[in-house]
Amino acid sequence: MPHPSRIALTAIGLLGLALYAQAHAQGSENENGEQYITLASTTSTEASGLFDAIIPKFTDKSGIAVRVVAVGTGQAFEIARRGDADSLLVHDTEGEERFVAEGYATERADVMVNDFVLIGPDGDPAGISEAASVAEAMQLIAEAQAPFTSRGDDSGTHRAELRLWDAAGVEPDGKWYRELGSGMGPTLNTAAAMEAYVMSDRATWVAFENPQDLALLFEGDEALFNQYGSLAISEERHPHLKHDLAGQWHAWLLSEEGQQAIADFEVNGQQLFFPNAAE
Amino acid sequence: MPSDPGALATALDLILGLDPDLLGIVVLSLQVSLTAVVLATLIGLPLGAALALWRFPGHAVVVVALNALMGLPPVVAGLCVYLLLSRAGPLGELGLLFTPGAMVVAQVVLVLPIIAALARQQVLELHQEYREQLTSLGLSRLRMIPTLLWDARLGLVTVVLAGFGRASAEVGAVMIVGGNIDGVTRVMTTAIVLETSKGNLPLALGLGIVLLGLVALVNAGAYLVGETARRRLG
Repeated sequence: MPHPSRIALTAIGLLGLALYAQAHAQGSENENGEQYITLASTTSTEASGLFDAIIPKFTDKSGIAVRVVAVGTGQAFEIARRGDADSLLVHDTEGEERFVAEGYATERADVMVNDFVLIGPDGDPAGISEAASVAEAMQLIAEAQAPFTSRGDDSGTHRAELRLWDAAGVEPDGKWYRELGSGMGPTLNTAAAMEAYVMSDRATWVAFENPQDLALLFEGDEALFNQYGSLAISEERHPHLKHDLAGQWHAWLLSEEGQQAIADFEVNGQQLFFPNAAE
Repeated sequence: MPSDPGALATALDLILGLDPDLLGIVVLSLQVSLTAVVLATLIGLPLGAALALWRFPGHAVVVVALNALMGLPPVVAGLCVYLLLSRAGPLGELGLLFTPGAMVVAQVVLVLPIIAALARQQVLELHQEYREQLTSLGLSRLRMIPTLLWDARLGLVTVVLAGFGRASAEVGAVMIVGGNIDGVTRVMTTAIVLETSKGNLPLALGLGIVLLGLVALVNAGAYLVGETARRRLG
């Protein structure tokens, strides 16, 4: 018959082990006494590898690590609104200006642009590669009832896509239009499997490694311009945040050095983001 | 599937190359899931045993609720823990959000119902078998809990393993409360989601094979301990 005290001892031992592991897991974050900020940003910047290229340069200079939580733009706004991120880098200018107007951010600044492109099956059944404008290309897809996969996740890319349908005068509706509710990468994976058309930011597309029969079919219209902005979160709303450190990050992104780091980032020899901070 | 040989080769490369990034991810995955399972076990086993031994008004409701929570979708657990730990939430002051601590909390929420509900079942059966002996020894119900748990230990190992399986396999909860931050809260499952979204399917599948191997190792360890104990008991 086991003595209850033996079980209690075992339990205490296990608890000790658990707490040790926990303390260790926590401790490893700060073992260099390193300062850090939490940045809410979008999947397009993370999946393309931009952050891996530019953040180390900022950290080397400032001693501040940047922890990136990469989510859809809608969720990134929500995280920042609740005070869970020190800084915000997203691509939905209208939403960003609303965020400032609502008092959650004190400042918004242009950081860089990339552009959206239309991707589709190599054979191009709707013939969009001949289109004169992105509006015409989207009308052709709708007329052909060719399958189109949409992010459908309230991300910056999804919001931009909806604006383009609207501008093309098309109500995207019907069996051919499939809202996935996924990030850019999963949406591209699905489009590849369904041989569907899809709108993607160029960065995610160029870095994407599973294109199968998909090809870039339409690009270059000014309406496909994709502006990224950095926001300084309001100190008044969220006094607990690391406003000083986040301010250094915000300023660095806009500085000559930060802008150069963005311009230097390439995938397969192709520059993906074009810095355009105001001088 | 053309990527199959690629995935296996990638998995082998990952393991043999002892990539430091991967090692960090593996260690963090094990730390988070094992910590969550240990905490859930410490709470869940006594809780399950108590529910097996005591009857009280509303007992059935508690048992049904506990059983139902075994099916709690990880993403819902993650969302609840997120709202709890968010700066705008009741426990925001702790600053736990987007740390491994938050991931442990979320996994405890997921694993606790499984361990408590299954432990209740094991203890209930054992108690029905030995009720008379235990009563004749004059043991109070409180004293019966450790005795019954100890006698049920071989079966409870499987219960704890089921909890570990749930913890190490889920991605929905740790993604939301951890944020999949490189080098801080990135674990095996969230890394697999990220690589899939990059279209890097061989690496994603390779990571999946490594994860499966880790879970198999933990299970093999538990099996060996169980077999040794069984043989000693005769």
